[in-house]
Amino acid sequence: MSKILVLAEHLDGKLNSSTARAVSAAISVKPNTIDVLVLGNEVAAVAATAAQIEGVGRVLTIARAENTHPLAAVLAPQIAKAAEGYSHVFVPSTTFGKDIAPRVAALLGVAQVSDVMSVESSHVFKRPIYAGNAIVTVEADPQYTVVATIRTASWPAAAGTSVSPAPVEALSVDAHLPSHTRFIELRQGKSDRPDLQSANKVVSGGRGVGSRENFEIIYRLADKMGAAVGASRAAVDAGYVPNELQVGQTGKIIAPELYMAIGISGAIQHLTGIKDAGTIVAINKDSEAPIFEIADIGLVGDLFKLIPELEQHLG
Amino acid sequence: MGPFAPLLAYSEGIEMKILVGYKRVVDYNVRIQVKPDGTGVVTEGVKLSANPFDDIALEEALRLREKGMAQEVVVVGIGPNDLTAHLRNGLAMGANRAIHVVTTDTVQPLTAARVFLKLAEKEQPGLIILGKQAIDDDANQTGQMLAALWDRPQATFASKVEISNGTATVTREVDAGLEVIETELPAVITSDLRLNEPRFIKLPDIMKAKSKPIDIIEFASLGVNAHDQLKTTHYATPPKRSKGVMVKDAAELVATLKQKGLL
Repeated sequence: MSKILVLAEHLDGKLNSSTARAVSAAISVKPNTIDVLVLGNEVAAVAATAAQIEGVGRVLTIARAENTHPLAAVLAPQIAKAAEGYSHVFVPSTTFGKDIAPRVAALLGVAQVSDVMSVESSHVFKRPIYAGNAIVTVEADPQYTVVATIRTASWPAAAGTSVSPAPVEALSVDAHLPSHTRFIELRQGKSDRPDLQSANKVVSGGRGVGSRENFEIIYRLADKMGAAVGASRAAVDAGYVPNELQVGQTGKIIAPELYMAIGISGAIQHLTGIKDAGTIVAINKDSEAPIFEIADIGLVGDLFKLIPELEQHLG
Repeated sequence: MGPFAPLLAYSEGIEMKILVGYKRVVDYNVRIQVKPDGTGVVTEGVKLSANPFDDIALEEALRLREKGMAQEVVVVGIGPNDLTAHLRNGLAMGANRAIHVVTTDTVQPLTAARVFLKLAEKEQPGLIILGKQAIDDDANQTGQMLAALWDRPQATFASKVEISNGTATVTREVDAGLEVIETELPAVITSDLRLNEPRFIKLPDIMKAKSKPIDIIEFASLGVNAHDQLKTTHYATPPKRSKGVMVKDAAELVATLKQKGLL
């Protein structure tokens, strides 16, 4: 008799695919109801996309000027009110969801299950700890609302092609919204490349790439393959690429069909971000690099020699 | 307590206190082993260190103090008696004093947030800086929960913090790039990796830390609801990826990928 509220993530009028992944997790609870909640200023386009996700019963919207930017302190009180009557609140485990969900949980006076990777039953979940080096089974007390973030790499996106879209209903909640937090700006890397979080193919570079200039060869290979670009923490820390490209425990957790790790030694913190990839290719000059322990295909050699050769063979 | 009353003091940069969460965890270089019976992970004889994000949180607090934005930095730990030695490291790094909330129980994020709320009410800090997550449970919850309970702003995943005129301007590492927000003080900030590089502890500082005060508070005396709504019933080793193959050159790599239908 579960009723699940899934929080929609969106940016620039587009629904993020993390939402459909959270819906997938909700479906596996086998609930009576899955509703999607959209908070924003202009919500129509996002709500219409959410309404087409298979399994969604209703799309609830709260459109207010204060909701233009996703400030946790502003959104959380509204989500907590909207959550009344639901047994579960599922939120994608992205920086958006990680910021908001615990604030919602605390307002509801409940614990949170972070990074749900599998659903065993309505109140039993599996999640990773220690950078994914242990998987724990967690049992939530059924007396309380379950607030959970959903590890997006563990879940396929529920199909977004429902022929009979769910109804969209405007919700009005009576919540006091604080004014102590203000959005200033979002500096987004402009890129025509596929999105790192949802791309089928990802080419990542690490410290071995050596410099920001050298990283061009990673971009070029990625473009040739139609792949997104990622990076290790070391490459981001060294300033080769911006932070949003970081893959790993504290960056993005991804599950592409093909992941190519180039000049990445493979610290456990990085490996935790790619464990769910279909095929992992490692290119490194150090044959002892830990990345080879989890790579499906390994190639030892100098990346500056091998990448041009790869491009050649790709045609 | 009136959360707005001390605003003037913050704006003048005087008498601001910063609380820092300082958790002890299994060192990040340790490859963790799950006990064969699935009851936990092996922590006996394993090197323990400060949560790396908490070192960054403490470093940021110390820098704010060095810039004259704050006068006192207090590190807070929740744990058993022997946590004192760990808190001494925080003092050696430069914190003025420590608060040790003593308990032998594992503390879930909601409980930790409730403890910090009690300390916030008592200490009236202008800022609380916590690590964005602890690298043991990877929960990433305590700061956000504390901000909710305290009814104050939160700025999570911070990579840059500027304080002036009673507000914090914080750059946050988000999936889309960098987000900048402004919050009134008091506020909760959680540190991301690139906020700063923590300083190393020098030997004379370790000596000096011995005379710095550590307040001992029994967990039970705080009146915190410690009911755990979550039970961890089993620990398992993650499934291993099967051993891969090595290819000899770029041509073979491309051929193998084509064969798998990946190119």
